[in-house]
Amino acid sequence: MPSSSDFSQHNRIDRRFATLKAEGRKALIPYITAGDPAPSHTVDFMHACVEAGADVIELGVPFSDPMADGPVIQKACERALVHGTRLVDVLDMVAAFRERDSETPVVLMGYLNPVERMGYREFARQAQASGVDGFLAVDMPPEEMGENSALFAEHALQSIFLLAPTTSESRAATICDHGQGYLYYVSLKGVTGAATLDAEAVGEQLARLRRLTDLPLCVGFGIRDGASAAAISRVADGVIVGSALVGRIAERAETPETIPAALKAILGEMRQALDSEASA
Amino acid sequence: MSRFHDLTQLPDARGHFGPYGGRFVSETLSFALEELENIYASLKDDPDFQAEFDRDLTHYVGRPSPLYHAERWSREIGGAQIWLKREDLNHTGAHKVNNTIGQALLAKKSGKPRVIAETGAGQHGVATATVAARLGLQCEVYMGAEDVERQKLNVYRMRLLGASVVPVESGSRTLKDAMNEALRDWVTNVDDTFYIIGTVAGPHPYPMLVRDFNAVVGREARRQSLEQIGRLPDALVACVGGGSNAMGLFYPFVEDDDVRMYGVEAGGDGVASGRHAAPLTSNAPQGVLHGNRTYLMSDEGGQIADTHSVSAGLDYPGVGPEHALWKDVGRVNYVAADDDDVLAAFRELTCVEGIMPALESAHALAHAKKLAAEMRPDQHIVVNLSGRGDKDIHTVAKIDGIEF
Repeated sequence: MPSSSDFSQHNRIDRRFATLKAEGRKALIPYITAGDPAPSHTVDFMHACVEAGADVIELGVPFSDPMADGPVIQKACERALVHGTRLVDVLDMVAAFRERDSETPVVLMGYLNPVERMGYREFARQAQASGVDGFLAVDMPPEEMGENSALFAEHALQSIFLLAPTTSESRAATICDHGQGYLYYVSLKGVTGAATLDAEAVGEQLARLRRLTDLPLCVGFGIRDGASAAAISRVADGVIVGSALVGRIAERAETPETIPAALKAILGEMRQALDSEASA
Repeated sequence: MSRFHDLTQLPDARGHFGPYGGRFVSETLSFALEELENIYASLKDDPDFQAEFDRDLTHYVGRPSPLYHAERWSREIGGAQIWLKREDLNHTGAHKVNNTIGQALLAKKSGKPRVIAETGAGQHGVATATVAARLGLQCEVYMGAEDVERQKLNVYRMRLLGASVVPVESGSRTLKDAMNEALRDWVTNVDDTFYIIGTVAGPHPYPMLVRDFNAVVGREARRQSLEQIGRLPDALVACVGGGSNAMGLFYPFVEDDDVRMYGVEAGGDGVASGRHAAPLTSNAPQGVLHGNRTYLMSDEGGQIADTHSVSAGLDYPGVGPEHALWKDVGRVNYVAADDDDVLAAFRELTCVEGIMPALESAHALAHAKKLAAEMRPDQHIVVNLSGRGDKDIHTVAKIDGIEF
């Protein structure tokens, strides 16, 4: 099993976290669903996120049965699927994004079946060719990776794994061993877009994980504004914001030209909150 | 030794049946599945637990269920003798209760006060609501909105039993969507909630434990065949959606190499039409949904395909992972029955034997009829009559143009 350091020279994710660490800053990681509200907008939205201070982009691959997601991201998948957004289209979007941005890491996030259907080897090959840096499948725990770990490594595709409040000590050790890039700590029990979170409880859990890994620990679920982002940044290396952004996209689905400004507004607020928290 | 001995040694430690099965779930649920696996491992061979399970099956469910010789129907077909394993006579009217009794005992041991379930035709929901009422557990049942409509009677039964039924409006509004929503509930309430999955699918250990709890069907049928026929049957036939009743009947016969097995999927408008729910018969590609890898109907981009069947209980794009393996190794022949043949079999058994089968079970009957016609009168077929048809009267009446 290759460790994250094997890629440190080439991988954008590792490079970005190394820079952030050197600068004493925290990562801002937006999630948007590719193809929402229509495929032609996604690349613009990705650039808008970067302009507002995003460090890593998690790009959702729409799936018909997003069973770990709440209503906000379920509806985003539905909007994207109305336009028939497939995994191959998402890979094309990343390639188009790379024409203007060769530095910002992109992680594909979603469910396993589109990859199952494409085939792991083909997916890894195309992901690398398109400029994808990491892959996070909600329904792919490290135990089920098997030979795909080596296959992804061949194509410089990092595997991002989830950790949860219910993860046992022994599983946490396994996940930390297999994890690359960063670890995604799911701050609460539930689906995406659920209730608010308790920064103190998250801090205790992260302290437990710090003893097991040197990987950056990023927290998702329940981060909706500058204040919640700042609170979590005190205990984490990065914050992941999904439903709060996707909700804004949904509100403006009929006027998509207004979406980049809306994304920049909320992400800008979070960026500022993170940076002033870091320098405080 | 049987050619198929190895099949009795599965799943492996991580829940795999060859390339199928496994535990493909979001991390929050891993702990609950490990916990369930441990509870089951500690109780599986515990004589007290087995005795309690057997007692409930005898006195609450009414087991053993009869093996009935459908003489008149067999005579009309003019081929093999057809025997019906009468799971329709169980308390709550289907085989589903075998599993819910077993899982409810596990829920009780786990100390969790709330159970949830997904349901298609409503039989598993009714069986879950029933055991929840008996044990004083809070119960919530997720059901696709389309199924709520076509299975009104079962919805009201569940409500009378004190369960709340949540209609699921997302996706195709059928069984798979109900399962998505049940998983979302579970991931949110995992501390106090036990998820009673109704079929031999889902993440490990569910396919194994649902199989084990339903295997009583096959154990009884095997014993009854020896007593009543004087030997093992030549063939077994059962319908397959997720595949729990087929698994229950087939599993105890796996090493009986001379017993042929037929799993009958929902052919809908015909497998060739594309409007069906027959992943095995149509050779659907391998995929991952609801925690396991199996044959799964999806489009080229990996989106789950819409399924079609007259029967809500079989209207599912995947199938239990152990069935997937049994197809590959050739232990079971998987075939499909079209809606038209299913409705004909429903009417025929009702008129000829005075037994109204569930539309799910009528799939098995439709294939058994074809099979029997090609066999000799001194040969024997056991069909799993997995449920009774009262719940389907609305559906059939509607096809006949009758509104109540």
